[in-house]
Amino acid sequence: MTTGQHLPVAAMSRLAWRNLWRNHRRTLIMLLAIAVGVWAMIFMTALMRGMVDQMIEDGIDMLPGMVQVHHPDYLDDPSIENSMPEPAPKLLQALASPEVKGWTSRVRVPAMISSERDSRGVTLLGVNPQGEYALGFNPDSLVEGRFLESPDDTGLVIGRKLLERLETDLGKRVVVMSQDPENNVADRGFRIVGVYEAKLASLEEVYIYTGLKTVQGLLGLEGMISEVSVTGEDYRDVDALLARIGGANDGTLEVLPWMEIDSYLGIMMGVMDGFVLVWIIVIFLALSFGLVNTLMMAVFERIREIGLMQALGMKPSAIMYLFLLESLMLLALGLLLGNLLAIASIRPLEGGLDISAVAEGMEMMGVSSVLYPALKLRDLLLANVVVIVLGVLTSLLPAWRASQYRPVEAIAKT
Amino acid sequence: MTLSLRLAWRNLWRHKRRTWLTASAMIFSNVLLVFLISLQYGSYEMMINNTLQTFSGHIQVQKAGYQKNPKFRNSIAGVQPLADKLRAAMPEARIAARAAGFALASSEQRSIGIQVIGVEPAFEPGASTLPGLVLEGRFLQGENAAEIVIGSLMARNLKVTTGDELTLLGSGLDGSFAAGVVTVVGIFDSGTSEMDRSFAEVPLDYFQEVFAMGDHGHSIALALDSIDFVDIELAKAEALVSGQNGVVVIDWIELHPGLKQAIQADMSSAWLMYGVLIILVAFSVLNTQLMSVLERTHEFGVITALGIKPRKLAALVMLETALMALIGLSIGVFLGWLVALYFNTVGFAYPGMAEVAERFNLPGKMYPTVSLISLLLGPAVVFLFCLIASVYPAVRLFRLRPVDAMRAV
Repeated sequence: MTTGQHLPVAAMSRLAWRNLWRNHRRTLIMLLAIAVGVWAMIFMTALMRGMVDQMIEDGIDMLPGMVQVHHPDYLDDPSIENSMPEPAPKLLQALASPEVKGWTSRVRVPAMISSERDSRGVTLLGVNPQGEYALGFNPDSLVEGRFLESPDDTGLVIGRKLLERLETDLGKRVVVMSQDPENNVADRGFRIVGVYEAKLASLEEVYIYTGLKTVQGLLGLEGMISEVSVTGEDYRDVDALLARIGGANDGTLEVLPWMEIDSYLGIMMGVMDGFVLVWIIVIFLALSFGLVNTLMMAVFERIREIGLMQALGMKPSAIMYLFLLESLMLLALGLLLGNLLAIASIRPLEGGLDISAVAEGMEMMGVSSVLYPALKLRDLLLANVVVIVLGVLTSLLPAWRASQYRPVEAIAKT
Repeated sequence: MTLSLRLAWRNLWRHKRRTWLTASAMIFSNVLLVFLISLQYGSYEMMINNTLQTFSGHIQVQKAGYQKNPKFRNSIAGVQPLADKLRAAMPEARIAARAAGFALASSEQRSIGIQVIGVEPAFEPGASTLPGLVLEGRFLQGENAAEIVIGSLMARNLKVTTGDELTLLGSGLDGSFAAGVVTVVGIFDSGTSEMDRSFAEVPLDYFQEVFAMGDHGHSIALALDSIDFVDIELAKAEALVSGQNGVVVIDWIELHPGLKQAIQADMSSAWLMYGVLIILVAFSVLNTQLMSVLERTHEFGVITALGIKPRKLAALVMLETALMALIGLSIGVFLGWLVALYFNTVGFAYPGMAEVAERFNLPGKMYPTVSLISLLLGPAVVFLFCLIASVYPAVRLFRLRPVDAMRAV
């Protein structure tokens, strides 16, 4: 179609705009429906995103790290036999590269902890405190006492819940039993120097921390560790980090990204992306019936007028164009309103939404009790693009019908 | 009445396409709601049953405070006689006494900290499904035999199979050093990795001996046929244990606070989504009915001039909406029923669901429940909201002035 034979765009737009408001009640209702739909798309997506993002971030903090290096059999059988040597020079060099935000090495072994009152099975972590801080250990999570000071520290840091279970206290002694590589029971007494709180209460019962060198000495593991954990800038994009660390692998070790170490977390990210798209399309479908209906009614009311315009020389394509323009204006206005509504309702919640009433239920999913909605530009754009593109597509049918009337018959219609 | 019904029906078909489009919006939402609600009910039911039947039972008798803080010393004296008493008085429940402790289990090659449960070999298979999940070897037999049944991951981590020996080290009720040598007689696979990794069962009498517990135990589990009987059986059990000092009876909600909350959290987020769908349908109906009233201004003017009360006209508009919503409801429920029925037989799965489901003790496939409530709950709410949406167009008729209305084209 050549624009020369059409009315100028400005005139067409003015015509479409005026047509839109001829039945202002209908237009307002439809506008409201689109706005509510778009709001729901963006708002719910932001809530879900916030939940999953946080779950993944917390999960990565617990793993810890975005990339881990182990003995090849360690993940399948996390026992002391499958330890690896401390990082060799080549690996150390890779760990000093700019992609690496922080790294640490740990010994991680199953152990039994006993107070004079009770005993529990736990995971004993021998850590390097500086490395733990670099990896995102939050000093604020320590509620009593201090964190470890050096790899030689012989103090023990345990979770608040475990402390209660064992009916012991800061400064008291407990016995930790584990197994050395020859399967001899190794045990020693530790003084509790710090108590931490974790976002997920169940973790407080699992992990106990002491100095890396202390554990190596206890278990006769000098120079050996269980894992090297590395963290980078963005957990969504670990390819560069993985390539860098993997490049330093001499073939005797296994280097894996977080989504392969904890497949639940990796899958959640994919499930979430799929869910966002399904949700947006379902809402759009619910909207589309109303949209088509509104346009159909508009066409139906104006049959005579369409006939008249055609009789006066307006091309069918121009009539189609006119109706599409009207629909586009309706969609754009609805989108504008919906986006504003969504942003306005998400902003006040960014400080966190307290859902502690169902905290233990959320913990089953690995989610803590404060929800931070995450409004992502990508999701916002997706919702807008889906509504505009599919909206114009659904309007094609009524607009096309409008252009197919025969002038004489249309004028004769009452 | 029949006259207005016929009138409403005919009015509905004056704009065939519009009526069908509006009804389609209802059908779309109804099918979706029926399917999703059936799926939700199905998964909740499975989640509750799987969680309770695997081990905990529907009701437990414990020492007060044990659930919040499961300390070893927080035990019930004479746990087996008490269980016998309950068994005699409550034939509907399957009842088993237990004791629970932690121990360091060592095989020839490995040692790990595990949770050891002392169970009654004769009664445990009724109270939990775990004995039935023993895939290798057999469940415990002797009342006081030095036998142990362990999870499949634990067996792998300890590098043992049936027939091998394990040493258990822990502390007894009196704080003494507790040690025992047990033979692995069976290995179970519950499908829940947490359980398969750290759970083991030994005969209760043997447990009491090793951990110096005398006749003490920690809990009595009562498994019922359905969650519906919990309240009745709970009351019975409470009456039976009332003589015992500090002993309480708690139900599954208290045993698994996370379960109830997970269901609540899922319910509320789901209804937030359903609410949006329903409101969008209601807008559609509002639009259609408002248009249909405005179109007929002239006609309504004539009718009121002839003496028909606005009240009757409003009722007519509501009736039209109700008829349209009924079409949407019946077709929607029918199609939704077909969809739910289909997935009820073949099961429903989407990529990644199996991993998520395992966290809630669910299998990789979900089976929607097809019941009257799961079929009708969503569509009934849609129906109600459609009627509410048509109130505004109907109420407008009260303001109709016959003379002005008749002038309208």
